Amino acid sequence: MSVSTLGYQAKTKNQSGHMGFPCDRYSLATFQPRFIFTMADSQTAPLEPITAADGTPLKKKLAQALFRSRVRAVSLVVPLFAFVMASFVIPIIALMWQGVYNDRFSSHMPNLTEQLTMWDGLTEPNEKMYEALVADLKTARADRTIGRAATRVNQESPGTRSLFTSTARKAKKLKPPFKESVIKANKKWDNIEVWQAMKITSQDLTPGFYATALDGRYTVDQGFVQQDENRQIYVKLFWRTMLISATVMGLCLLLGYPVAYLLATLPLRTSNLLMIMVLLPFWTSLLVRTTAWIAILQSQGVINDLMVFVGITADDARFSLIYNMTGTIIAMTHILLPFMILPLYSVMKTIPPSYMRAARSLGATPTMAFIKVYMPQTIPGIGAGGLLVFILAIGYYITPALVGGQDGQLISNMIAYHMQKSLNWSLAAALGGILLAGVLVLYWAYDKVIGIDNMKLG
Amino acid sequence: MSGLTKKIIAIAGASAFVSSAAMAADLTVVSWGGAYTKSQVEAYHKPWMAKTGKAIVSEDYGGGIAEIKAQVESGNVTWDVVDVELSDAIRACDEGLLEPIDHSILPPAPDGTPATEDFLPGTLHDCAVANIVWSSVYAYDSSKTRNWNKPTTMADFFNTKAFPGKRGMRKSPKVTMEFALIADGVPVSEVYNVLGTEEGVARAFAKLDTIKDDVVWWEAGAQPPQLLADGEVVFSTAWNGRVFNAKNAEGQSFEMVWDGQIYDLDLWVIPKGSKNKEAALDFVAFSTATEQLAAQASWISYGPARASSEARIGTFHSDDSINMADHMPTAAANFKNALQNDFEFWADNADQLNERFNAWLSS
Repeated sequence: MSVSTLGYQAKTKNQSGHMGFPCDRYSLATFQPRFIFTMADSQTAPLEPITAADGTPLKKKLAQALFRSRVRAVSLVVPLFAFVMASFVIPIIALMWQGVYNDRFSSHMPNLTEQLTMWDGLTEPNEKMYEALVADLKTARADRTIGRAATRVNQESPGTRSLFTSTARKAKKLKPPFKESVIKANKKWDNIEVWQAMKITSQDLTPGFYATALDGRYTVDQGFVQQDENRQIYVKLFWRTMLISATVMGLCLLLGYPVAYLLATLPLRTSNLLMIMVLLPFWTSLLVRTTAWIAILQSQGVINDLMVFVGITADDARFSLIYNMTGTIIAMTHILLPFMILPLYSVMKTIPPSYMRAARSLGATPTMAFIKVYMPQTIPGIGAGGLLVFILAIGYYITPALVGGQDGQLISNMIAYHMQKSLNWSLAAALGGILLAGVLVLYWAYDKVIGIDNMKLG
Repeated sequence: MSGLTKKIIAIAGASAFVSSAAMAADLTVVSWGGAYTKSQVEAYHKPWMAKTGKAIVSEDYGGGIAEIKAQVESGNVTWDVVDVELSDAIRACDEGLLEPIDHSILPPAPDGTPATEDFLPGTLHDCAVANIVWSSVYAYDSSKTRNWNKPTTMADFFNTKAFPGKRGMRKSPKVTMEFALIADGVPVSEVYNVLGTEEGVARAFAKLDTIKDDVVWWEAGAQPPQLLADGEVVFSTAWNGRVFNAKNAEGQSFEMVWDGQIYDLDLWVIPKGSKNKEAALDFVAFSTATEQLAAQASWISYGPARASSEARIGTFHSDDSINMADHMPTAAANFKNALQNDFEFWADNADQLNERFNAWLSS
């Protein structure tokens, strides 16, 4: 940027307070000095003899100009930034917030919440608490919000939902002393565990959902405890998700590496054809590819028919290739394969063939040359492809839902279940939060071991 | 913060669910798709549009109240009338997500019986009006030659010795656990009492254990007919209307076993804040009139929710030889050993039993 433009910008914006003598050479060459003098006069600034284009110190002018060009650059990015914030970052933060914050109970049962805060959680619930309960049930019944509070308590203590809704229906008729009449309406109210569950749910800020997401429970008297064994599911699913993702990544690498190598080394005509064969499935709908696998792998499907025809297996002992973990791994590997091949290919394409020839001419066997010279240079591609496949696999949802059967489900299926069916968004948020944390840890570990700068996506 | 948080999430959720098709309609009616929605379009939508001159946009969804919740909480309600299951209707009503429906707007039966008496017991609720009774049964393909006699009871479904082969079941504890107990010899009247105890749950899982390795789990209602037709399974639990449709409209030779059937209701609800509430109420009243409910039954084998409609059930729309009344879940021959789905039990225990069911599945 030339000094003359700097001068022009400063003049038109008229924002400098230190108007000194203009440098004759620049100002004469570009602007009307009279105008600047006028400005300087009107501001009656102390006249300091310093070098500037139009009276401003040159250094300052340069900084202003750079600042302005930076503003312009940033303003080009602002729409994208705003979009990402509004549609991605803020919803994610809001959802994460739901994982630790839930005011469903306290906002609909305000009186009772107040009483529960004062209660120690161990002694017999007193008359005041029952009175607050009845008052809140009445309002909640009238406002049609009783289901919200009841659903929240039911998440902590199964089987209490109908306790709330049925008692709320009778709440109007309940007379003091409330403790007696409420217990008479339903004797479950005498159970202190119901009250402890309410005390837990009355705390807006709660670690309870993260505890549930890790197969635990958060209780009033004991803090964190393990969930009953027959209800433990999430930790197991997290591990399975990791295991399946790692397996899929390994298989993709095993299958993708030779294909990428061929793509990078074959003559253009052949490699173009091969490229189309890689890209065509990549552009096909995920659902179409998944259902195609169902047709191929099911017990009356193509592969099994072929096996029976050839005589590898009997008609009544067909292989179970789908609706289990095998099916999930096969279908996911196929779907994610291009994400491994493409980064590998783009890296391999840049490796000059002369390196291999040099290694050979120096006496290396072909295997040796490949392992010692070629492979190390493909590591950025392996890293990129591996990370891409792994992270995509960790969040996979539709494919396992369709072909996963009973042991091919991933944690994302559970998140979807809690988002769409049980409507326990807080638990879904907690599960998602753990998954996100897991991915970040893996990313950090990857950066430590291989270095993120070494990654090459294309 | 929390109100705002909820709103943000709800908006994000709603924008994912809402389809642009809903924009230009006078009324948006949402149902389960397939042969079922077709029966509603023929029996309800078309006559209503002819009567009022208004346009209906029909949308499909997969059940549950997540979408309704997202729309109501974001304040962007684009659905006007939704067809939901009973447990969802009760839950959504309790959570304040639905408009109350005044039962006095419902037309009386042709003989003058008021609607509140004409509707079957348990089919009218504060925010919901039932239109059909549907049922979960199990079915098999009778065209495939097998070395066994016809299955007749729920116990046969679990008998892998006499009836070897894979079975299709819905991947949900609901209905599955009831079926297990019925097959294990629990009388239908006792099923929910037993299932309400720890021993009962253990008993149901123990029964399910006996066929666990032979089960193919399905999730969408369209899957069971497909699994049966492909020969992927020998038996599959299914919704009776889907099986009927596959048999009579698509020429499959499926047979249903009605023993131990578990029936449930589908009801109309109006999401709170519907922009076309007046039209929605008019549509609900119109479509649940005796005539319309009877007309729907000629398209699919789901029973009408009104007593006065039952006498008017005709023949299948494309085949006069099929008397629809014989194929209803409520037909006397089919109704001998039937259980009504207990919405209250599932409202209380769904979370816990789902966790246990999933833990059991993956163990």
